[in-house]
Amino acid sequence: MLKKVAERILISIPVLIGVVLAIFIMLRIVPGDPATTMMGEHVNPAVIEKISREMGLDQPYYVQFFKYIANALHGDFGTSYRLNRGVTQIILEAFRNTVKLSLLAAVVAWIIGITAGIVAAIRQNRLLDRLFMGCALLGVSMPVFMTALVLQYVFAFKLEWFPVAGFDSFRAMVLPAIALGWNSAGSIARMTRSNLVEIMQDDYIRTARAKGLLESGVIIGHALKNAMLPVVTMMALQISSMLSGAVLTESVFGVPGIGRLAVNAIETRDMPLLQGTVVFTTVLIIIGNLTADLLYNVLDPRIREGA
Amino acid sequence: MSEGTVLDIRNLKSHFFTARGEVPAVDGVSIQVPAGKIIGIVGESGCGKSMTAMSVMGLLRYPGRVVDGTITLEGRDITHLKPRELAKIRGNEISMIFQEPMTSLNPVYQVGRQVQEAILKHQKVGREEAKARVIEMFRAVGIPEPEKRYHSYPHQLSGGLRQRVMIAMAMVCKPKVMIADEPTTALDVTIEAQILRLMKKLCKEQGTSIILITHNMGVVAEICDYVYVMYAGKVMERAETFALFEKTEHPYTKGLLRSIPRLDEKADRLYTIEGVVPNLLHLPKGCSFCTRCSQATERCRQERPALYETEPGHGVRCFQYEGEVKLDGE
Amino acid sequence: METSEKNMTLDHADQIGEADTWRDKVKTLVRQNKLAAFAAVMILLIVFAAVFAPFVAPYDHLAQSLTDRLKDPGAEHWLGTDELGRDVLSRIIFGARISLTIGLVPTLISMSIGTVLGVCAGFYGGKVDFVIMRLADVMLAFPSLLLAMVVTYTMGGGLINIFIALSLINWAGTARVVRSQTLSLKEKEYVEAARSIGVKKWTIMRRHILPNCLPSLIVLFTLNIPSAILSEASLSFLGVGAQPPSASWGLMVVRGKKYLFSEPWLCIAPCVAIMIVVLAFNFLGDGLRDVLDPYLKEQ
Repeated sequence: MLKKVAERILISIPVLIGVVLAIFIMLRIVPGDPATTMMGEHVNPAVIEKISREMGLDQPYYVQFFKYIANALHGDFGTSYRLNRGVTQIILEAFRNTVKLSLLAAVVAWIIGITAGIVAAIRQNRLLDRLFMGCALLGVSMPVFMTALVLQYVFAFKLEWFPVAGFDSFRAMVLPAIALGWNSAGSIARMTRSNLVEIMQDDYIRTARAKGLLESGVIIGHALKNAMLPVVTMMALQISSMLSGAVLTESVFGVPGIGRLAVNAIETRDMPLLQGTVVFTTVLIIIGNLTADLLYNVLDPRIREGA
Repeated sequence: MSEGTVLDIRNLKSHFFTARGEVPAVDGVSIQVPAGKIIGIVGESGCGKSMTAMSVMGLLRYPGRVVDGTITLEGRDITHLKPRELAKIRGNEISMIFQEPMTSLNPVYQVGRQVQEAILKHQKVGREEAKARVIEMFRAVGIPEPEKRYHSYPHQLSGGLRQRVMIAMAMVCKPKVMIADEPTTALDVTIEAQILRLMKKLCKEQGTSIILITHNMGVVAEICDYVYVMYAGKVMERAETFALFEKTEHPYTKGLLRSIPRLDEKADRLYTIEGVVPNLLHLPKGCSFCTRCSQATERCRQERPALYETEPGHGVRCFQYEGEVKLDGE
Repeated sequence: METSEKNMTLDHADQIGEADTWRDKVKTLVRQNKLAAFAAVMILLIVFAAVFAPFVAPYDHLAQSLTDRLKDPGAEHWLGTDELGRDVLSRIIFGARISLTIGLVPTLISMSIGTVLGVCAGFYGGKVDFVIMRLADVMLAFPSLLLAMVVTYTMGGGLINIFIALSLINWAGTARVVRSQTLSLKEKEYVEAARSIGVKKWTIMRRHILPNCLPSLIVLFTLNIPSAILSEASLSFLGVGAQPPSASWGLMVVRGKKYLFSEPWLCIAPCVAIMIVVLAFNFLGDGLRDVLDPYLKEQ
């Protein structure tokens, strides 16, 4: 078990380095000199050269890369061109909102998704099943910004139950969280249902029934844990799409999160900021996947105890 | 109902409702289970023996259901109980073990807990007490190091041990009847003998009746007190085991017995019954065995024989014995 | 139940039974895939509308008219007009060209890359496998939207660059599926046999491995199209994709967003268009998976 954990962590390290390297390269092959981009075309070349030297932009790329990694390990992601502040600090501020949004959305997605999946599996091929699965497919197919816009129009504008934008109160967080969670809820519901339906055919389910458990006890006590194992993995894979969706949701509801940061960074050509945002997000995803992987190992006794 | 009968199945009919029509998987089966005895149900796969067991347990799933007949447990009709009432009986008064010990236990829970669950479900005892009983039961079914095995997961146990766990689960509430659906088919021959001996021992000690479903006449001869031979959803012959082997009457039973390989006879080829089990959707008009019976007459093809009692307790569904007392009509 | 499925004897009655099974099978097949068939028809209609957009659309999608600004949906303009007086329906029909091209071409390119890399990884194993799969891990670790945004930072926004970005970044998923299929196919007797008689590796890949991956690839292709369409729409929505006056649906949504509370159709109409296309491809993909590849589970 411990060996497995160590192995998984070790495998993540080259991926992590690869990710940082990939972003680093992609942002460096941009045409033009970064210092010029930053200061504008009409600045004295001497000034540009001085700034280049100060920021280490005149050094070879590999030196820059290792410096970046070394600094990043100390929690320093460089300085924003435009905002003239430490990237780390800016990102942490924005991330607080994004993480809050994503976690709330995840809670929404799990509650709606798992409940709907279980209900649909119990009422297999009946009306409720069809209804829920129809909604789930709709959820999966709706672009995140559409869900967000529809919710905003109906619940914030027409019904005035929630504020139209912002992220400073719990009420303001409700709509963005639902908008973001809806999509994941769809896929979680679909997967929960199909796993449950399949597992309900298994022999040990028959044993549980023969033992005298009621159907609800059979499902909750015996089928659910087996059905949820793959769902846990899927939830982890969804961290990635959740963060992508967060970018869009933030844009609709004007949440000051990483999505807005990234869009701003692109628009203002603020390379350190963009680099920091993407590296930060990706590291978070890798850690999330790792956690889910380990969680799966802990939950499934066949893997945990060794066969 | 005769004296000492625990479970009385009368004229049970369980049908499957498929797109192609109604399949009579169990077609008028009557079985009496005396207290503390072992009943064998024998037949080829698909003859309805497992379906009979599932009907008794109330475990038939859509599209199958019991359409007629009664199942009486100690004088109480349990044929059409509500799920909640049925759940009180399952695992408590009637329990069941299955053919596949490898897959019949939930892979994500400790085996001890799975047995403990049955106790907690049916008896008012605390967790500790229940655990103690499970360990005691594990010892009774011959699981070595029961305290340690309590915390094992199914994949850590061998097939034989898993089947012992299943038996422990089935016996832990001291049921009136235990149904064992081909409990040893998936196991090695040596393990098979051990498990059968164990079941017989428990049956004696606890006074539990056992319905043993098998396709193996050898197993029947070894431990059963009574035998029911089933074919195409019907009981073809029923008798005490001794009587059935001594005085085999139905052509189908004769065929089954002849197809057991014997060491004391020299044969170039094993005997087989010609043909295959008929499609239940398109059964012959007359006796369901007539398509494969060497003694079939024109009448066998046209009319259905009833079960005739040739001697007390010995019934045969064949026109050759028509003069005798009818046990059930059609 | 079991008995009725197996144990068919050859007498007359049972042959009728056999015929029944076949008819039932066809029936259930049609019944199960009714939605997929409907989706296929929808897709064909949309493709038709996109290809013949100039003939199908009631107006020119770029023609502005200051007198017709922000008109409500009505007989003249079925879906109303936008802030520059352009007909929304016509723009949606022309926008279908963008969405379908983005859905089809980059997906085809990225999946080809993924297939080649996946087959190589699975077939050669060892270092090749390790390097390719770690690369795939890296690609999959990125949130795809942010990665595409990085690409647009480097190369600038615009549809062409999105086209290139989507072609280059979405290969990892395909590579994983193809690799695992190759690994299992490699153990098959006929591949072993081909190897033992000295058939060249490339020939084995082409003749034995690729054709057997094809069903999964078709299903995967159908299911990757909607995600590419959504990516483009999202990037355009964020302003780093298609640029005005393009009729990209994502761009239409974000431009309509300003008028969400007064003229909601400006926003909702292109949203619904995206949803219908995505839904249609998802239905078709699900249906195809059931028929072609029951083993490719929901990913």
